Amino acid sequence: MGNDALSAETTQPDVDFTAVQASPRFQELRGRHRRFVFPVLAACLVWYLAYVLLAVYAHDFMSTRVFGSVNLAMVLGLAQVVTTFAVTMWYVSYANRRLDPIAAEIRDEIESGAEFDTQAVAR
Amino acid sequence: MSALLGAATGLDTARVAAEAASTSPGDPWLNIAIFGAFVAITMVIVFRASRNNKTAADYYAAGRSFTGGQNGSAIAGDYLSAASFLGIVGAIAITGYDGFLYSIGFLVAWLVALLLVAELLRNTGRYTMADVLSFRLKQRPVRIAAAITTLVVCFFYLLAQMAGAGGLVSLLLGITDTLGQSLVITVVGGLMILYVLIGGMKGTTWVQIIKAVLLIAGAGVMTVWVLALNGFNFSTLLENAVEVTGNPAILDPGLKYGVSDISKIDFVSLGLALVLGTAALPHVLMRFYTVPTAKEARKSVVWAIWLIGIFYVFTLVLGYGAAALVGPETIAAAPGGANSAAPLLAFALGGPFLLGLISAIAFATILAVVAGLTITAAASFAHDIYASVIKKGKPAAGAEVKVARRTVIVIGVVAILGGIGANGQNVAFLVALAFAVAASANLPTIIYSLFWKRFTTKGALWSMYGGLISAIVLIIFSPVVSGSETSMLKTAEINFAIFPLSNPGIVSIPLAFLLGWIVTILDKTKEDPKKQSEMEVRSLTGVGAEKATQH
Repeated sequence: MGNDALSAETTQPDVDFTAVQASPRFQELRGRHRRFVFPVLAACLVWYLAYVLLAVYAHDFMSTRVFGSVNLAMVLGLAQVVTTFAVTMWYVSYANRRLDPIAAEIRDEIESGAEFDTQAVAR
Repeated sequence: MSALLGAATGLDTARVAAEAASTSPGDPWLNIAIFGAFVAITMVIVFRASRNNKTAADYYAAGRSFTGGQNGSAIAGDYLSAASFLGIVGAIAITGYDGFLYSIGFLVAWLVALLLVAELLRNTGRYTMADVLSFRLKQRPVRIAAAITTLVVCFFYLLAQMAGAGGLVSLLLGITDTLGQSLVITVVGGLMILYVLIGGMKGTTWVQIIKAVLLIAGAGVMTVWVLALNGFNFSTLLENAVEVTGNPAILDPGLKYGVSDISKIDFVSLGLALVLGTAALPHVLMRFYTVPTAKEARKSVVWAIWLIGIFYVFTLVLGYGAAALVGPETIAAAPGGANSAAPLLAFALGGPFLLGLISAIAFATILAVVAGLTITAAASFAHDIYASVIKKGKPAAGAEVKVARRTVIVIGVVAILGGIGANGQNVAFLVALAFAVAASANLPTIIYSLFWKRFTTKGALWSMYGGLISAIVLIIFSPVVSGSETSMLKTAEINFAIFPLSNPGIVSIPLAFLLGWIVTILDKTKEDPKKQSEMEVRSLTGVGAEKATQH
C-alpha cells in the first residue's frame, strides 16, 4: 500500500470515516449535492452542445434577424452567458441553504472531538 | 480600401490606423514606459507580499490567505490569456461570429469547475492536482502520472504564450529583427522568473489580480467607447461593421468553421475540449488552494464567472468594433495579423496613449499567465515528483521549497528558449491542445475519483496515459503539424496528416472516460474502502482540510 501520508497528512486517526459516511446525515448531504449538481450540469452541457451544433450545422436558422442587424446566433450566444450567470447564482443559493448548514454540522461535530452521532437525521 | 470609406464614424481614425499599420502604430517608447510602470508597481507589491514565504503552504498556496473575491480576480487574470484577449477580438474582426463561439465555450466551462470540482478539490488536496487524484489510490504511480500530465499541459500552454510574445513585440514595439525580439522575450521571461522566485504564489496572485483589473477595465472603456460612437446601439455597430467589411456574413456563424464537413466536426471537437478542459487545467486547479475554505473556493469561482463572462461580452463588441473602425484588410496586413485587431482598435479610439495602455496590458497578460503556469509546474515537480516520489514523502525541512525555486529557474529558461525557438512558428494550436490534453488526461480521473467508489488505480493510469497519449498522437498526425504551408512544418511536401481533424478532443476525451471505466470494471483488485470513505466525507464536509497559515 502506498497510501500513507502526504495528501492525507492532517487526518485525525481516531475518526471512523466509514461510520460517518454511512450515517443518515452524511447520506442526506451526499444526496442533496448529487441531486443538484448532476442534473443541472448535464442540462447546461446539453444546452451548450445544442448551441454549438446549431451554430455549426443550422446556419440559416441562426442567421434569422431578431431585431435590427442582431441575429438569433447573437441572442442565443448571450443567452448562454445569461444562463451561466443564473445557474451560478442558483447553485450559490442552494449551497448556502441546503448544503453548508449540514456540512458545517458534521464537520464541527467531528472536529470538536466528541463522539459522532451516527444515528441522528438531518434537519 | 474603398470599403473603408463607407464607415460613417470611423473614416478618419481608420485611415490613420491604416497608414500607421504599415510600420508600427503608436510610439514604442510610450508603450515601453507604460509597461515599465506596470512592472515597477507590481514589483513593489510582490516584494511587500513575499516577506512571509517560508513554508510550502506559503510558497505554493499563498498561506491560503486570499479571499474569494481576490482569488476570483486572480483566476480571471490567470485564465484570460493573450489568446483570449487579442485572439478572440481578432477572430471576430476577421471571421465574424465564429470567433465568439470560443468565448462561450471558455465561459460555460466554468460551470463544470463550480459544480463538480472547486470545493471538493479544495477540501481534499493541499497543493497540487495530484494530491486529489492520489488521495485514495496508490500514491506513487498515480502521482507520477498526474505530475506528467500537469507538466505537459503547462509546457504546451507556456510555449504558446511565449511564442505569442514574439509576435506582440513586432506589433507593439516596432522591433522586427529576430535578435531584438529574442531580447524582449528574454526580458519578459526574466521578469517572470523574478516574480515567481521572490513572490511565490502570493506574488503571482497579485500580478494576476492587477492584470485582471487593468484588462477588464481597459476592455470595458473601449467597449463603452465603441458603443458611444454608434449611439449606444449594438445593431448600428453591426451595420457599420457589415458596411466597412462589405460582407454581411460576418454577423452569422459559419465563416470559419462552416466551410466543410471536416471543419464543422473540428469545431465541435474544439468546443468539447474547451468546455471540459477548463476544470482540469492544473494552473486553474491550483488557485483553489489559495483560499482558506471550500466556501471561499466557491466564491472564487462565482467571482471568476462574473468577471470572465462580462469580459467575453466585451470581446463581442470589440471584435465588431475593430471590424467597423479599423477594417479586416488593415488588420490582416498589420504585423501580428489578427492579433493586432485589439491594439489597432485602441489606436483608432484613443491614439498612441490608449494603444500604449492596451499594449502594456497585453504584455502584463502574458507575464501573469506565464507566472501562473510556472509556479504550477514547479510545485508539481517539487511536491509530486521530488518530495513524494523521490524522497518518499519525507523531504528534509525546507528542501521542497528549495527544489521548487530551482525548478522555477529551469522552467523559466526553458520557456525563454522555447519562446525564442517557437517565435514565428505556427504554434497557435498549442493552447487548444493544452485544453484537449487537460480534458482527456485529467478530467475523467478527477471525476471518477471524486464520485465513483469502485474506481481503481489501474483505471486511473489507463485513463490518464490513454488520454494523454491519444491526444498527442492524434495531433502529430493532424493537419496542424504536416501537409500544408500553414502547418507547423510549413511545407506541403511532407504529409503524414492521416487524422483529418485539428482538434483531437472528440476522440481522446470519450476514449479516456471509456478506458477509466472499462479497466476499472475488469480490474479485480479493490482500493482501500476506508480511504474512499475518508475522501468522500472530507470532500463534502471539509473535515481536516488545510486551514490558512497564521503569521
